[in-house]
Amino acid sequence: MKNDKHVLSILVDNEPGVLSRISGLFSGRGYNIDSLCVAATLDPKISRITIVTTADMPVIEQIKKQLNKLINILKVYELTGSEFVEREMALIKVKAKPEYRAEILRIVDIFRCKVVDVGLNHYTIEVTGTEEKLNALLSLLKPIGVKEIVKTGIIALFREMK
Amino acid sequence: MKLKGTEILMRVLKDEGVDTIFGYPGGAILDIYDELINTDIRHILVRHEQAAVHAADGYARASGNVGVCLVTSGPGATNTVTGIASAYMDSIPLVIFTGQVPTPLIGNDAFQEVDIVGITRPCTKHNYLLKEVEDLEKIIREAFFVAKSGRPGPVLIDLPKDMMNATINYKKAGPPQLKSYNPNYNPNIKQLQKVINLIKDTKQPVIFSGGGVILSKASEELAEFAHKAQIPVMGSLMGLGTFPGTDPLWLGMVGMHGTYRANMVTGNCDLMIAIGVRFDDRVTGKTDAFASQATIVQIDIDPTSIHKNIPVSIPIVGDCKAALKSLNKLLDKENTNGLKKKRTKWLDRIEQWKSTRPLAYAQSEKIKPQYVVEKLYELTEGKAIITTEVGQNQMWTAQYYHFSQPNHFITSGGLGCMGFGLPAAIGAQVARPDKLVVDVAGDGSIQMNIQEMATALQYNLPVKVVILNNGFLGMVRQWQELFYEKRYACTRMEVTPDFVKLAEAYGAVGLRATKPEEVEAVLKEGLSSSKTVIMDFVVEREECVYPMVPSGAPITEMLLV
Ligand SMILES: Cc1ncc(C[n+]2csc(CCOP(=O)(O)OP(=O)(O)O)c2C)c(N)n1
Repeated sequence: MKNDKHVLSILVDNEPGVLSRISGLFSGRGYNIDSLCVAATLDPKISRITIVTTADMPVIEQIKKQLNKLINILKVYELTGSEFVEREMALIKVKAKPEYRAEILRIVDIFRCKVVDVGLNHYTIEVTGTEEKLNALLSLLKPIGVKEIVKTGIIALFREMK
Repeated sequence: MKLKGTEILMRVLKDEGVDTIFGYPGGAILDIYDELINTDIRHILVRHEQAAVHAADGYARASGNVGVCLVTSGPGATNTVTGIASAYMDSIPLVIFTGQVPTPLIGNDAFQEVDIVGITRPCTKHNYLLKEVEDLEKIIREAFFVAKSGRPGPVLIDLPKDMMNATINYKKAGPPQLKSYNPNYNPNIKQLQKVINLIKDTKQPVIFSGGGVILSKASEELAEFAHKAQIPVMGSLMGLGTFPGTDPLWLGMVGMHGTYRANMVTGNCDLMIAIGVRFDDRVTGKTDAFASQATIVQIDIDPTSIHKNIPVSIPIVGDCKAALKSLNKLLDKENTNGLKKKRTKWLDRIEQWKSTRPLAYAQSEKIKPQYVVEKLYELTEGKAIITTEVGQNQMWTAQYYHFSQPNHFITSGGLGCMGFGLPAAIGAQVARPDKLVVDVAGDGSIQMNIQEMATALQYNLPVKVVILNNGFLGMVRQWQELFYEKRYACTRMEVTPDFVKLAEAYGAVGLRATKPEEVEAVLKEGLSSSKTVIMDFVVEREECVYPMVPSGAPITEMLLV
């Protein structure tokens, strides 16, 4: 069976220990976490956790059921198809030797990202977009020399009816 | 009204109907114990915290109520973990209170501090660390509600010492409100109707009944359903007692040590109605080969149990009792007259499996362990509450004691935890003083919580321990005999105490039988005693439990005697 990427959006009580229940469930039952994001919602008593996981259908069904079983979990949504928007942010530190500076700025321009820190030997670029966009950007920057990268993990929301 | 944390705790416990606590004191819960003696709640002082949890487990199963434990922080708390894990696997409703160091010390590696909430997160249904005394009542009420509702399970509450001493303006809280927890009891009627249609069509159906039927108190409904629909019933280990063991439709236990007929039925059925089971690997054997010709219906209150190990055609989420009640009602509307005839061939075939391959063992000069259990069944007329340890003793009990009522067979099923039987028997005896309670034990397991003999004596609990003494860790030895060319690595119990003297040292009665002709007399004497008794049966050393399905083999491929 096919292992696909699934984005789960989970509303939980904003309480200590909840994240540990969830991560413990994933590790204890041998599920993957590809990325994980947590922050409070408009209601400070509730947090939204976005988890990206790779699993086949029976396993993703189990994951959703197991999550629902946790007492502090209010709601589990799976975001599928094109009915949601997803974004990820990354900070990428690239080597910026003088001969590459113009090229890097051109790429930054094309990808509509920002240079947020400049040094003698580096640029730090802030980029937001889908996983594909981030990967495309990285593939262009890698030959120039990526020193470090940090990603937020994916966040996502349902689209409203048009 | 101004109340101290400890006072609130006692008040709410009383209000939740708690009349018995199994526990063991220590520094962090001195205040609670100091308050406990002002109440009429009965406290059973065990000799090890693991036993407190097993005893509460036995108590819960024998009474149908929530079992309650109270232990101190640190080692007291960690000692409960095995008991909690066992109760979690078997879905037994417990509330465990652990002491904790005072709030300001938490996280400082204080004396006897452990993160018991962290440790027990994966083996409790839910757990809490109390942070404000104001939340105490709410948390306790939630804990009891969560423990006993839906698929039951253990819930732990960690109580920092300072919280117990703090005084607040107490206002009674209302019933628990958990917006995120709302088990679905009512099964989907359309799904149930599909089951009825299948019942009418199929020729070779079977009902597979498990611990969920006991937990939802659905045995009567199950019997009605099976008889109306003329469907034979087999049980998981946890399902023994859900259906009368003497009923002609009863097939016995299914699984690794299931009866020949139950396992053959599994391989040949065209419809399996699974109720309150979770298809443990000890039941299914090779999953691809499990009931591979059958349409599988699964009724369970826990959605995660459905489709987990075995793909199911008709999933039904709901309470077993509610589902069976509805099924019975739906069946009443149908003409069921023809069903008996329709099943004749199937039931005949099952009868043949039964008569050609009954449960059997060869008699010899030595006492056969199966014989002891058979005699125990006879002499108690199948009416005793039986707990077991783990290993061969547990399987022979499951095979040869034909349980006929729910809540009479108390065993550590999912965790398979040695040392369970004696404390569980103590808990069951506390819950049911009117009943004969017997722990069927191995000489290995009994030594894992033998100290509880003192507890039994302290509270005059006349539990009976039947040791099937083979001088081996028998079940492990059996695997070594069958799968490791008899290399008995570390399974010989080269030193075993004299159990008769040991019983006497505790102030109990000790009896021994070494020959088959002594078995009945020893059982009679032991069972009729009003005291706590250990009966030591020196049995055939290298007896194996049969049938046996080797781990991972199809369920119909059994090793037989
Ligand atoms: C706490 C624990 N440790 C180890 C095991 C593994 N184990 C399963 S059965 C068994 C042997 C039990 O021996 P005994 O109690 O003498 O019973 P018998 O099988 O001989 O009836 C062992 C060691 C277990 N189930 N539980």
